[in-house]
Amino acid sequence: MRMMTFAKRCAKEILRDPVNLGFGLGFPLVLLVLLSCLQKNIPVPLFEINMLTPGITVFGLSFMTLFSATLIAKDRESAFLQRLYTTPLMGIDFILGYMLPVLPIALAQTVLCYLAAIPLGLSISVHMLSAIAGIIPMAVFNIALGLLCGSVLNVKQVSGLCGALLTNLSAWLSGVWFDLKLVGGIFEKAAYALPFVHAVEMEQALFSADYALAFAHVFPIFLYGTGTLALAAVCFLRQMKQQ
Amino acid sequence: MQAIKTMNLSKRYPGITAVCNLNLDIAQGELFSLLGVNGAGKTTTIKMLTGLTTPSGGDAIVGGHSILRERAQVKQLIGVSPQQTAIAPNLTVKENLQLICGIHGFSREKTRERIEKIAIQLALGDVFSRKAGTLSGGWQRRVSIAMALISEPQILFLDEPTLGLDVIARHALWEIIRALKGKVTIILTTHYMEEAQALSDRIGIMKNGRLLATGTAEELIHLAGEHDFEAAFVALVKEDVLCE
Repeated sequence: MRMMTFAKRCAKEILRDPVNLGFGLGFPLVLLVLLSCLQKNIPVPLFEINMLTPGITVFGLSFMTLFSATLIAKDRESAFLQRLYTTPLMGIDFILGYMLPVLPIALAQTVLCYLAAIPLGLSISVHMLSAIAGIIPMAVFNIALGLLCGSVLNVKQVSGLCGALLTNLSAWLSGVWFDLKLVGGIFEKAAYALPFVHAVEMEQALFSADYALAFAHVFPIFLYGTGTLALAAVCFLRQMKQQ
Repeated sequence: MQAIKTMNLSKRYPGITAVCNLNLDIAQGELFSLLGVNGAGKTTTIKMLTGLTTPSGGDAIVGGHSILRERAQVKQLIGVSPQQTAIAPNLTVKENLQLICGIHGFSREKTRERIEKIAIQLALGDVFSRKAGTLSGGWQRRVSIAMALISEPQILFLDEPTLGLDVIARHALWEIIRALKGKVTIILTTHYMEEAQALSDRIGIMKNGRLLATGTAEELIHLAGEHDFEAAFVALVKEDVLCE
């Protein structure tokens, strides 16, 4: 109950920030439209709508990291969290309260991407539902990363790290914009050591109903998700204690 | 009956002692001010009493509960208005108050009753539906105090509540604080002599983490052998005091 009250507040804070929300939800849609137009003029298999849409949904999750990290960093800087630390809320209430409201926003963003892709040529399929549900593990990773960054960085650092660096990292190392095999070598190995490309390939596999291939990508995403979540919880509780 | 009792309460950081063997008794319903220059240890004392910081030594009993062993019970009894404005900026004033009621587990009916009462008590009617982040500094501070009061605390901590406010906003807040006297135990930290003198039942003067003297404003003037409170404060804090 207490946690849900706090979670509702976090949802309102995020949803009432029009710049954040417009950019976070709008930018992936703009990219989807632009790259689809590009594909129509210069056909590239990578930008075919059934390959592109799952990739864009994964890229859009980097904004969830930005949302949660910014909110936590702002709360820490404004002493709002300090006030709440003197109330009966426990550490677990804060962690869940910050994370839970971002999950439906991530799902809504994914649904929006798939809906926007339909007029661009994406055929409606029941597999869309499994692709939408399949985004959850990667969304948990991104939200936990936001909790981690918000717990250790200030607002300015969050904007730089999550706003610029992470969105670029997740774009370059996800295989959405170009085929990683074309670069190969250390770059490809580094990309496959991170969860972004696994999430994109899992989403593409789920959308094409290739569940065996999708399952092959689950482990690294799960590993990064649980690892980041555990580290984020430790860092959050540590900064809470340091207050 | 005592609302707060500290026993050799101390906080040490590497290379500095922020609070040194503080022994303090504050009666129920009393308005007690902690006065001191920057770095005196006022905010650290409040942080320890509200459970934000763990003491390095000693203990304190707040509302009958130890801050070391019964922190959860202490949190049920207190309200805190921190030094910086601590509100949710994208929530309306009403939603900010509802948030605190929800965190304290109030029923819908009790939340409605408490919000109505606080809105009248602190004259929040005009700004009730406005986003808290769009209010002036004075109004935000008032909302911050309302958030501290809405949970019906037995003990209210106000950390420099009028810092940075203009004279009109400051006097408006003084009226609110005066109206609370006797109903709630209030611990107020301030830099302002006139604020401490105008509002407090008793004043504690701190320097370098030590409590130099406690008493009413008149008692402190008499103790320092001065004619006004500001001169008494200066005389008392002039002595070099270091924590042993």
